[in-house]
Amino acid sequence: MTPPALEIAGLTVALPPGSDRLYALHDVSLTLSAGEMLCVVGESGSGKSMTAAAVMRLLPPGVEGVAGAIRLAGRDLLSLSEPEMRRVRGAQIAMIFQEPMTALNPLRTIGDQIGEGFRIHTDLPRPEIRSRTLALLDEVRIPDPAATIDAYPHALSGGQRQRAMIAMALALQPAVLIADEPTTALDVTTQAQILALIQDLRARRGMAVLFITHDFGVVAQIADRIAVMQDGIVVEQGQAADILDNPQHPYTKILIAAVPPLVAEYQPSAAPDTPILVLEGVSKTYGTSRRFRKAGRLVRAVADVSLTLPRGSTLGIVGESGSGKSTLARCIVRLLDTDAGSIRLDGIDLTQLSRRAMRDQAPRVQMVFQDPYASLNPRRRAGELVAQGPMVHGTPRAEAMEQARQLFVSVGLPPQSMQRFPHEFSGGQRQRIGLARALALRPELLVADEAVSALDVSVQAQVLQLLAGLRESLGLSVLFITHDLRVAARICDRIAVMRDGVVVEQGTAAQVFGAPSHDYTKALLASVPGRKLGAPPQTPPG
Amino acid sequence: MEGFRRYLRNPAAVVGLVLLIVVVAAALAAPLVYPGDPLGLAGRPLQWPGANRHFPLGTDPSGRDIAAQIFHGARISLLIGVIATAISIAIGIGIGALAGYHGGWVDDALMRLTEAFQTLPNFLLLLVLVAVFGSDIATVILAIGLVSWPATARLTRAEVLTLRNREFVEACRTLGMGDMRILFFEVLPNALPPVIVYAGVVMATSILLESALAFLNLSDPNVASWGNLIGAGKGVLRVQWYVSAIPGFAILVAVLAVSLVGQGLNDALNPRLRGRA
Repeated sequence: MTPPALEIAGLTVALPPGSDRLYALHDVSLTLSAGEMLCVVGESGSGKSMTAAAVMRLLPPGVEGVAGAIRLAGRDLLSLSEPEMRRVRGAQIAMIFQEPMTALNPLRTIGDQIGEGFRIHTDLPRPEIRSRTLALLDEVRIPDPAATIDAYPHALSGGQRQRAMIAMALALQPAVLIADEPTTALDVTTQAQILALIQDLRARRGMAVLFITHDFGVVAQIADRIAVMQDGIVVEQGQAADILDNPQHPYTKILIAAVPPLVAEYQPSAAPDTPILVLEGVSKTYGTSRRFRKAGRLVRAVADVSLTLPRGSTLGIVGESGSGKSTLARCIVRLLDTDAGSIRLDGIDLTQLSRRAMRDQAPRVQMVFQDPYASLNPRRRAGELVAQGPMVHGTPRAEAMEQARQLFVSVGLPPQSMQRFPHEFSGGQRQRIGLARALALRPELLVADEAVSALDVSVQAQVLQLLAGLRESLGLSVLFITHDLRVAARICDRIAVMRDGVVVEQGTAAQVFGAPSHDYTKALLASVPGRKLGAPPQTPPG
Repeated sequence: MEGFRRYLRNPAAVVGLVLLIVVVAAALAAPLVYPGDPLGLAGRPLQWPGANRHFPLGTDPSGRDIAAQIFHGARISLLIGVIATAISIAIGIGIGALAGYHGGWVDDALMRLTEAFQTLPNFLLLLVLVAVFGSDIATVILAIGLVSWPATARLTRAEVLTLRNREFVEACRTLGMGDMRILFFEVLPNALPPVIVYAGVVMATSILLESALAFLNLSDPNVASWGNLIGAGKGVLRVQWYVSAIPGFAILVAVLAVSLVGQGLNDALNPRLRGRA
């Protein structure tokens, strides 16, 4: 019997003393046969990327393997000298990374960077390297390889860069490809294309792929076998169908249950028809000409958008990056000034208000931000951050702090934690503080800009649940901006789909998810990985 | 406290701290050790250090006690360093913060002004100011503060620029906070650490600027500053070199102390350098 393409046996990796846990990886055993797709799935800090780094012997300084073996086709990698290991990297195991924007050197052409593998590991003449590079670019289906080979990275889109990275990884026909969150930074439609490409290449070349991801949707789409990691330990592994349909470990069950199904779930208890927010013909253009300077290129971020949000309902604005959804949110809270159109809150046109008058309206419209790390002032205590809003609007400090205490309870944080600074909280807890801050002014309308996108899936589910509960008890109207269709399906009763600054389709969630009418909406829905996951049981995937 | 422990692990910073404590101690002890006027005539002029046990550091060409001038000079140097630095940092932070936060024409106008100050060598500007407004110690300190703010302004502006579009600032705006309140209570506290560290450099430069003025006989002749003493010794530099060398050494110690402490603070406060040592 031939040895497996890659075998990790009892691998234990120690963290430097003083870390929050003793081992980055503890007794990890994984086997990867030729031609197999093994998905390693887990939340942040689960050790999944550390596993990849250990295989490549690229562990960060201070972190070292203390036990176990890593065998590549029967050969123990941990016993190799560093020069021997360098001959393995790139040639026998290749790796692709999460961030295609920074993984390529901006000063060298694509062809130059892909050809580097040949120059390091082989003695091929230059013309031969070039023709092989062209063949690779063609294989990863980059449009117009002859032009791309001499292009610099900035000229390529994110998806094309990731294709170039894959071409680079494939150059020397490695037996094992390690993909570390290769599609996380990409839009959903691009992600679907890249996943299809990786599947296709694996089948054609018989490569073994170790695919690291946090996204159970992606796992359901591509995995042959699955290993679930938590805190550096493999808690469960097995055939994809077994784990997805019949998870054994409680943590796996939580992770799978946290993936929202792609069907409209939310029905507001009462949906009166009086609109709270009406947008008419809202436009915002970036890059207007400046004095003494040449007029730059103009980008129409939001073009002629008209939307209505009935009181008490939740309108989801979905779209890919660059669709203008965040710009629209910032226009509504007047962080940006619109160029044209009106934004009426209960009949008051916010775009016409002076800055001072807008400040008086501020309590009625509040925003929850995307980044739980950047959205809290690191030098203020959590309680103060929440009490700040009412204090600005004249509430005495003692009263504001008392309100903040109650809000901490209602967002599920212990009131004692009001004395702590933001860095002492986890990402999910910080997002709860952000939510409490927005709610402190008792707003009628809450604008949530990708409010759960930076969170792990199980934390995401908790925050969504909290938001849904508060919405009911406080009678909030919510404008929920997200790129994640699953999240939108879970929490919104109305959906507007944006593309290139234009709303291409809007309607109730049931309509948009059940019977999309616009082609782009259909394409978006078709791109969501693992569509069957979380849906009511149908025929099992073949 | 963690920052303080990191500071103590840096040997150069500890040396700086010790030197600074010595200078401060000399300044504090001056009225006790030398209660009389340090500029009063004390004995025969130009006695070498050690020649007369009453004058351990000798006397200058006018017959004044050098040791007394060194002790009292520490007071003047620290006074100049602290007040001129405070003036320059205050102007710099104000201009830099306004320019960085407002952007647009405010930024353009304030930055052109800053560049106008930067293109003039600041010592020449200082000479002009002192020549026009006189050279009593208060004017000299004010003038030093007025010529040394541009670098602080640029540093503050750069920090504020990176902070003003952070989400926490946007969050404050959506809460309905006014601009001045956001700038001074939310943005500035986050922008200050590098500026405070830079204050060490400004302080060292201020002490040197005053010494240079005094060497040219343009500082206040009625105070016992180290620069004045160097100036007094320049006529006898070839034979009685100690008259200039002793205060020169004192300036070296003070400037080195302030610079090392500033550098140590930078290393201790800068999170990117953590764990590098």
